Amino acid sequence: MRIRVGHLYPEYLNIYADRGNIAVLTRRAALRGHELEVRSIGLGDDLDPGAHDLLYVGGGQDREQGLIAPDLAAKGEALRAAHSRGVALLAVCGGYQLLGRGYRARDDSFMPGAGLFSHETVAGDVRMIGDVLLDCELEPGRRQRIAGFENHAGRTVLDPGADPLGRVVHGFGNDGQSGFEGCRLGRALGTYLHGPLLPRNAWLADWLLAQALAHATGGEAKPLAPLADELEDAAFRVAAERARKRGGRH
Amino acid sequence: MSVRLSVETTAARTIGAVSRAVGRGGGTTLPGKILWRVDPRAVDALAARLPEGVALVSATNGKTTTTAMAAEILGGERRLAWNRAGANLMSGIASALVAGRRADLGLFEVDEGALPEALARTRPRAVALGNLFRDQLDRYGELEIVAERWRAAVAQLPESATLVVNADDPVVGELAHERDAALRFGLDDPRQARPVLQHAADSKYCVRCGAPYDYAAIYVGHLGDYRCPRCDHHRPALDLVATDIELRGLHSSRFRLVTPVGVVEIELGLPGLYNVYNAVAAAALSLAVGARLEDVRTGLSRFNAAFGRFERIPAGGKSVVLLLVKNPAGANEVVRTLEIGVPPVLVVALNDAIADGQDVSWIWDVDFEPLLEHAGLVIATGDRAAEVGLRMTYGGLPAERLEVIPSLEQALDRGLGLVDAGTELVILPTYTAMLALRGVLAERGAVRPYWEDRSA
Repeated sequence: MRIRVGHLYPEYLNIYADRGNIAVLTRRAALRGHELEVRSIGLGDDLDPGAHDLLYVGGGQDREQGLIAPDLAAKGEALRAAHSRGVALLAVCGGYQLLGRGYRARDDSFMPGAGLFSHETVAGDVRMIGDVLLDCELEPGRRQRIAGFENHAGRTVLDPGADPLGRVVHGFGNDGQSGFEGCRLGRALGTYLHGPLLPRNAWLADWLLAQALAHATGGEAKPLAPLADELEDAAFRVAAERARKRGGRH
Repeated sequence: MSVRLSVETTAARTIGAVSRAVGRGGGTTLPGKILWRVDPRAVDALAARLPEGVALVSATNGKTTTTAMAAEILGGERRLAWNRAGANLMSGIASALVAGRRADLGLFEVDEGALPEALARTRPRAVALGNLFRDQLDRYGELEIVAERWRAAVAQLPESATLVVNADDPVVGELAHERDAALRFGLDDPRQARPVLQHAADSKYCVRCGAPYDYAAIYVGHLGDYRCPRCDHHRPALDLVATDIELRGLHSSRFRLVTPVGVVEIELGLPGLYNVYNAVAAAALSLAVGARLEDVRTGLSRFNAAFGRFERIPAGGKSVVLLLVKNPAGANEVVRTLEIGVPPVLVVALNDAIADGQDVSWIWDVDFEPLLEHAGLVIATGDRAAEVGLRMTYGGLPAERLEVIPSLEQALDRGLGLVDAGTELVILPTYTAMLALRGVLAERGAVRPYWEDRSA
């Protein structure tokens, strides 16, 4: 099966090893006999809501994010349309912020986002930097953990009723207070966690692939055949231990 | 020297000796840490006493090597206060000032984050700024935050101080915009240009208007001969330039150095285009504080390697080559140097202490792929060995050509056991992994501890 991935602004948003996430999806798809076809979607390009099975938005430095933010906001309607058709999505760090309602800077100016996730981000005074461990339950009754690294000054506050990606076990999370990290809306995930996210959280990569395959085939998401993930598990254990020992706290 | 300063510095020196005697790893920063805590203004006073003043070097990549090169050029005729082991925060500079209290000239590499304070306290006559790459985002936040602090600090620099900038870096070059006392350096040799910007290239958008630059030549990361198609911001005219560059594999290079005071041919016992940048920066800084062009030529030709940067250490009939890696731009250049002759066994040692960067995601921004095709075996080691293993696996390295051995010492021995007698084992370590590996080799008598290295 061919899985079509749209990678938004890879030239601008690529700071926290975003291509690592893409490499993991590509290989794990190939090991199950699927082909990942990654196309970049750049400034001014049209976003066809039906042309992808998975969309990816990475993180950038403030300067690069500022350069693409208006374009991403203009793609908001197409993004929301893709999401409601069942297209899967992963947004990391800056991409996660920009997919919300918007970003309020310290001078109170407001930069509108793409309006997919129900959250708003406010510039903070102190950067939240460190290892993170999350508890999450993407499928009812299946508790999983995610280990990553966060580095953000923005504080993201979810609207009442919006689901987080997970609960913070160690680290700061969305705002350092709520105990929430990230946002989950159906097949769309947003998170501050990089490091990169997917190599050491292989189950999450497989979950995303399963959602993308479900869109590609028009069926329900089915679990993928397991792989021997010894290195992935070893890397997860060290990262989780780091979060326990030195994860950010106020 | 005031009585108080004298008492403080004597106490600080004693602590350094005690620290070394009890084996607390070098004691290169401990005396300075004490002095720095007791009386930060002592740094101002000690710096002001140096008859030939102070010269500073900062950059994301190449600080230690550039400073060591300048020391080789300037040290022949001057006594130097120099932080040779790379302790480049204010406490390390304080230590070097204490140890070099009879020096003529202070020569210090400075951490990017510490540059504003170092400028304010040491009042340098010359400052060389090499480059800004994405690096240890967990420590500094983003590149633009460092750049902004540099802009503010440089604006306070007196007119009389010479600002040496790498004009091939748009952000760094712009720091000397409209400044009279400035030396702008760069490279000019299209044969050495890369065909395209690498994945990790940072400042590729115009510093003035944000449009992507057009490059006539790209040398290292985003460094090169750039021009903005929209507002015409472009690389300024160069005062010092390396031309006719010849890179000779893993061993050496040569180039022609064009300066305001003449042209010399430089033989450099170090590989890689990034070391050509370091050499030109060191030359410019040295000329700015009074070196002769002949000192530049002979100093650079004498130069071997700075601490842990391309160091060859003998180990039982074989040798170990340590190539420090710490961020994508630096590591990409190391990879480029190795591409010419990919070693049969490559050890990649990743630690994640503060000095290494706690965020290890940067390894995914390094283009290791050209090595993976040809390397017979990659040994992943260090505290985050598994992450290196994943990077290589997802980069396409087959499982049978990967070994993951978290213990640095075991990985070193495994690697040494695999390379032929008379050849070398190439290791790419992060900073604390480099220190640890050097420590293992020192215990075996292969290398002296760094605090016993010849002092200036």
